[in-house]
Amino acid sequence: MHRTGDLYGQFETLEQQKESATLGMWTFLITEILFFGGLFLTYTINRHTYADVFSFSSRTIKLSWGAINTVVLIGSSLTMAMSVWSAQVGKKKLVTIFLILTLILGTVFLGIKGIEYHDKYVEHHIPGASFDMYFCTNNPGACNLTTEELAQERTELKELEDKVGGPVAVNAHSQLFFSLYFGMTGLHALHMIIGAGLLLWLIVESMRGRFSPRWNTPVENVGLYWHFVDIVWIYLFPLLYLIDRH
Amino acid sequence: MSTSPTTPAVHQLPEEHYLNSTYGLRSWLLTTDHKRIALLYLASVTFFFFIGGIFATMIRIHLLTPNGYLVTPETYNKLFTMHGVAMIFFFLIPSIPAVLGNFLVPLMIGAKDLAFPKINLLSWYIYLVGGCFVLYSFATGGLDTGWTFYTPLSSVYSNSAVTPAVIGIFINGFSSILTGLNFVVTIHTMRAPGMTWFRLPLFVWAQYATSIIFILGTPVIAITLLLVGLERMFHLGFFNPALGGDPILFQHLFWFYSHPAVYIMILPAMGVISEIIPTFTRKPIFGYTFIAASSIAIAVIGFFVWAHHMFLTGESTYAALAFSLLSYLVAIPSAVKVFNWTSTLYRGSISYDTPLLYSLGFIGLFLIGGLTGLFLACLGLDIHIHDTYFVVAHFHYIMVGGAVMGYVGGLHFWWPKITGKLYPEFLARMAAVILFVGFNLTFFPQFILGYLGMPRRYHNYPPEFQVLNVMSTAGASILALGYLLPMLYLTWSMRYGKVAGPNPWPATGLEWRTPSPPPTENFDVTPVVDWEAYDFKNRPDLGLTQPSGPALSPAHGDD
Ligand code: HEM
Ligand SMILES: [Cu+2]
Repeated sequence: MHRTGDLYGQFETLEQQKESATLGMWTFLITEILFFGGLFLTYTINRHTYADVFSFSSRTIKLSWGAINTVVLIGSSLTMAMSVWSAQVGKKKLVTIFLILTLILGTVFLGIKGIEYHDKYVEHHIPGASFDMYFCTNNPGACNLTTEELAQERTELKELEDKVGGPVAVNAHSQLFFSLYFGMTGLHALHMIIGAGLLLWLIVESMRGRFSPRWNTPVENVGLYWHFVDIVWIYLFPLLYLIDRH
Repeated sequence: MSTSPTTPAVHQLPEEHYLNSTYGLRSWLLTTDHKRIALLYLASVTFFFFIGGIFATMIRIHLLTPNGYLVTPETYNKLFTMHGVAMIFFFLIPSIPAVLGNFLVPLMIGAKDLAFPKINLLSWYIYLVGGCFVLYSFATGGLDTGWTFYTPLSSVYSNSAVTPAVIGIFINGFSSILTGLNFVVTIHTMRAPGMTWFRLPLFVWAQYATSIIFILGTPVIAITLLLVGLERMFHLGFFNPALGGDPILFQHLFWFYSHPAVYIMILPAMGVISEIIPTFTRKPIFGYTFIAASSIAIAVIGFFVWAHHMFLTGESTYAALAFSLLSYLVAIPSAVKVFNWTSTLYRGSISYDTPLLYSLGFIGLFLIGGLTGLFLACLGLDIHIHDTYFVVAHFHYIMVGGAVMGYVGGLHFWWPKITGKLYPEFLARMAAVILFVGFNLTFFPQFILGYLGMPRRYHNYPPEFQVLNVMSTAGASILALGYLLPMLYLTWSMRYGKVAGPNPWPATGLEWRTPSPPPTENFDVTPVVDWEAYDFKNRPDLGLTQPSGPALSPAHGDD
């Protein structure tokens, strides 16, 4: 199908094209909800079955990074919304600026996620052959933890063992937690990376001045996607970081 | 009895149409024309049908004797698994939506194409990539988990090539999702002026309902199989009890998709039947709104019955009770359709052309399949027949007797539109009858076998079951002939068939108001619809002599 200006050949009018694209994006997001839904269900059931081990494992993740990331991501939603607004009112320069800001914030998020993953790698909390919940307590100094923190962890591990029946179970069940942690945040990060790619494309198009009050559906739709990915994080953060932290 | 062509005039193919507008491999592999993409799908699903068919043949030959000499038990496990995977994920699920749906939805609603033509092409490539992974798995060690991939067999213990297979099915899922998304948006936003929701052909309603399942169900199987793959590759424990995981959770997630998926397979076929029956009875379909609404009802209720596959896993009695009840409920909209089709036939001026023969076959076989589904949904009875050949017969009656019959019938019905040529009518009727006979001989004995206690998925059986198994294998060879015939004469007709003309039956849909084969843009001018669906009476353009018989007179004010 050929394209005349902004209008693709299968459509009669720009309105029809816009309506189709928007409906398509919403439909896609519904699919995404169910895609993440499978993971959320798996998490919820295991969280219920292994409540104690899950809350212990959750406490070994640093709260600060997660909290900072939540703020960063909410900020990026704001800049994204601003760029959609700028496109709608025809401020072409601002569109580009806000898109770039969104991209920067998204990248900061991914960077921080990288730091967190690296911490988990150092602590041997990555599921697989070398997974070991006792690595830090057995090798003081290898992990970035204070003596008090280590002592605290030792007592908690002891209590857990009594509850669930020994270190093997502790390791198995916390490995479940971290499988889900990496599965969920990994899938989320993958969505962020795809989103960053989309932003890059929008930035190039926007610098060419393609978005106007008449036609800005791509900005709007990537915006929808970006907000969706943010909302997923808004659920992930309490589920994974805030269990039992008062 | 048989249809006389609309006008006795000799038809000619249009000078330029979608098949000859451009030439060369590139023009096909990079096409965004929904009609060409439909043909790409036609070729690929036929290929997988062959692959699945070869495995089925080997299974049936092996089961000729109680101890089966053809293959080892391990190979037998692989045969039925690869048969199921090829047939379900790569043939039956895409068959009607991606071939007939792709071709017809835009034509039927009067659009130039689907809303997202490039995504449509992309979905075919995704299908191919997924298919390649699965073929790779078949070729390097095969797959022996059953098409159901139950854990921890699939995620830990199986020694076959599970990982590439789940990756392939995962990838293939996105092809379904994108097709569903495309259809939903297209049906919402691309309808021609005057084409209101309740003037839509029922085939389009069926595609819409199917697309809902594609969109809501497929992502769940995708994430589930992804977890199985990760579990296998990195020794994680989501579904492995040895590591604290929950194998029953896998079954819930699997069936949350796979029960709705059985409706992905049957709903489009029901749509086909709803087009064929009015055409060959010359009557508006009885109860249009009921048929349309029942498609949506099936899609929705279908999401709430999945645990009827798990009655014997020790799920709670109350859950089992609820799922049993809901399974009975889903039979209601199915029955509504059957009643409406038969009411349409009543006092219609029926012509027993090939597509109608397939539709009649469909009604009978779907009826048996659906009713035996109720046996299985009955808690007490299911204890006896669960995991026996009774289940195998049940779902083959629906999937092969129902869905595949609908698909082949639909191919015949729209073949003149797709290729511009007529197929040889006599041979086609013969093939329809052969298929019907072969099918029943193959699968009816399996009901009895199952009831007598022959478990499914076993490579051997006690000698007293041999007679029924030999009957089944004999039927399968007749069935194979029944599939081979259409493949041969349909291909033959592309070159040598009589020219069909725009509306050979005649039928009422918009797709018949454009030349066969249609031009690339589908319609020369955007059509405006000012008639109701299946209205033969107010359509002088169909060339039906008026008044003609009871069908056209308002004798029994249906609808
Ligand atoms: C009319 C409504 C239907 C009902 C009440 C029903 C009920 C059931 C039940 C209870 C089972 C589980 C039996 C067991 O494992 O013990 C079953 C299995 C099955 N049904 Fe149906 N069914 C219906 C329609 C369909 C349709 C429309 C299809 C396919 C197009 C289908 C395909 C299957 C398949 C594939 C299985 C076996 C799956 C496996 O274990 O491998 N059913 N059905
Ligand atoms: Cu089911």
